[in-house]
Amino acid sequence: MIEARGLTKDYGDKRAVDDLSFTVQPGIVTGFLGPNGSGKSTTMRLILGLDRPTRGAVTVNGKSYRDFHAPLHEVGALLEARSVHTGRSARNHLLALAQTHGIPRRRVDELVDLVGLHDVAKKRVGKFSLGMGQRLGIAAALLGDPQTVMLDEPVNGLDPEGIHWIRTLLKSLAAEGRTVFVSSHLMSEMSLTADHLIVIGRGRLIADTSVAEFVAGASKKLVHVRTPQPQGLQEALAGLGASVANVDGYVEVTGLTAEEVGEAAAANGIVLHELTPHQASLEEAFMDLTREELEFATEGAS
Amino acid sequence: MSTVAIPTMAFRGRVTQLRVIRSEWTKLWTVRSTRWSLLVATVLTIGFPILASAVISSHWGQRSPSDRAHFNPLDPALIGSQIAQLAVGVLGVLVISGEYSTGSIRSTLTAVPKRLPVLWAKAIVFASVTFALMLPSVVIAFFSSQSILSRHHASYSWSHPGVARAVIGAALFVTVVAILTLALGTIVRNTAGGIATFAAIFFVLPPLMNVLPTNWNNTISKYLPSNAGRDILSITHDANNLSPWAGFGLFVGYTALAVAIAAFVLARRDA
Repeated sequence: MIEARGLTKDYGDKRAVDDLSFTVQPGIVTGFLGPNGSGKSTTMRLILGLDRPTRGAVTVNGKSYRDFHAPLHEVGALLEARSVHTGRSARNHLLALAQTHGIPRRRVDELVDLVGLHDVAKKRVGKFSLGMGQRLGIAAALLGDPQTVMLDEPVNGLDPEGIHWIRTLLKSLAAEGRTVFVSSHLMSEMSLTADHLIVIGRGRLIADTSVAEFVAGASKKLVHVRTPQPQGLQEALAGLGASVANVDGYVEVTGLTAEEVGEAAAANGIVLHELTPHQASLEEAFMDLTREELEFATEGAS
Repeated sequence: MSTVAIPTMAFRGRVTQLRVIRSEWTKLWTVRSTRWSLLVATVLTIGFPILASAVISSHWGQRSPSDRAHFNPLDPALIGSQIAQLAVGVLGVLVISGEYSTGSIRSTLTAVPKRLPVLWAKAIVFASVTFALMLPSVVIAFFSSQSILSRHHASYSWSHPGVARAVIGAALFVTVVAILTLALGTIVRNTAGGIATFAAIFFVLPPLMNVLPTNWNNTISKYLPSNAGRDILSITHDANNLSPWAGFGLFVGYTALAVAIAAFVLARRDA
């Protein structure tokens, strides 16, 4: 379990993380979503004790990261920025990490195999593709068999097979009861893997909700109607506070559910050929939520 | 849903200073710059004195009597340590600045979040390796150069007063350079900056003193880190130098101060 309370981080004049409070529960995949530069990586650095918060605190399983005597057994992390010496081989990188905790060498080999780096384990990391680098980072994260796994943009640079593998891995980790915290700037990716979402924009918490609630809450009620009597429908709906527009031969109704539109049509004897509720896509919902923050950001910059 | 079988592990360890030392040992030897720098340092520490002694020996007949009288057989014997100091100093900076330039410092500090054990481990490993290579190198350099010079009766024996201290002192001096430059690299966190600082202290500052009035120069120069540190290599002394152990002690003091600053900033700064 990861708990942030009033977490705030300033770099000079710039506030990267602003009074952030959230809890990441074990047993599910929690997505950490926000546009680029919204403070996701900074938050993860604060969780790992790499940076000190200006105010507030964050704990993992009730403890501050710097107080762990065996951090690799508690939290496994993949950071977005490269964090491997380019002159060292993948196996030696993992070995050096393992040795700080006395983790046996065969565990290193086990993870090299798990992430599919067996054939390149002796190659210098500087020669790795982005995808291979991500796989190595994931091996490092799982090295200590940690209860909490935290991955920053893990699908970056992976091929479709690798992306599928990550999704399966994340769900498997959660199914084992581990705390899984994954950041992404892609809502569509999160919709496929995450059960719960923490959404931030400009360092502030925007939403802390399940994926289903997030979509339902953010989507506008939008119904597409096809009717030979558009004028009549418009009049029938006018009194219900809906806004109605004609788009490409459709009547687009905003502000009412499909049921409400259907009932109003029936009550007024209007023939409907089609009645389609539209749920906003996750990406739309996400953009709606963060739009305010982005607009504010643009104003602030000018 | 398909699953990925994540291998579990019964083992549960904890971070200890000894384990961090083992990790830093692995890290030191698994990058190329280490092997190259230390190979260069070792080869030159031994090779240069042999070369220098051979040249001196072959031109001995051309030396004036006063030149011969003032000749210090230790000069060619320890000349290699001057170059070793450069290779070791650059590597000392790289041992930590390489972690910052590649980002591996984040992995390192995530595994050892208390941070200071990393600095102690790097210092212990790098200093031990340096001393273990330098001590035999300077001893070999001493005996081979003196055997070349002995045919002109211009050599010291190991038992000559101050010789053992000067020869072993050369290895000690390079070892302390290793620790000092590690500290500089930790403070500066940048390869170019760290090497520039090292070069400024050891190679720029001393000749710069010559622009000062002579009596100022004489007063200040002996307290400079490089001059104080090298006093232990010398068996001739004048009023403008500190005694061997006082000078070396001062050099160790400067190094201790740099390590203290490095520890302070490493523990406090955002990584």
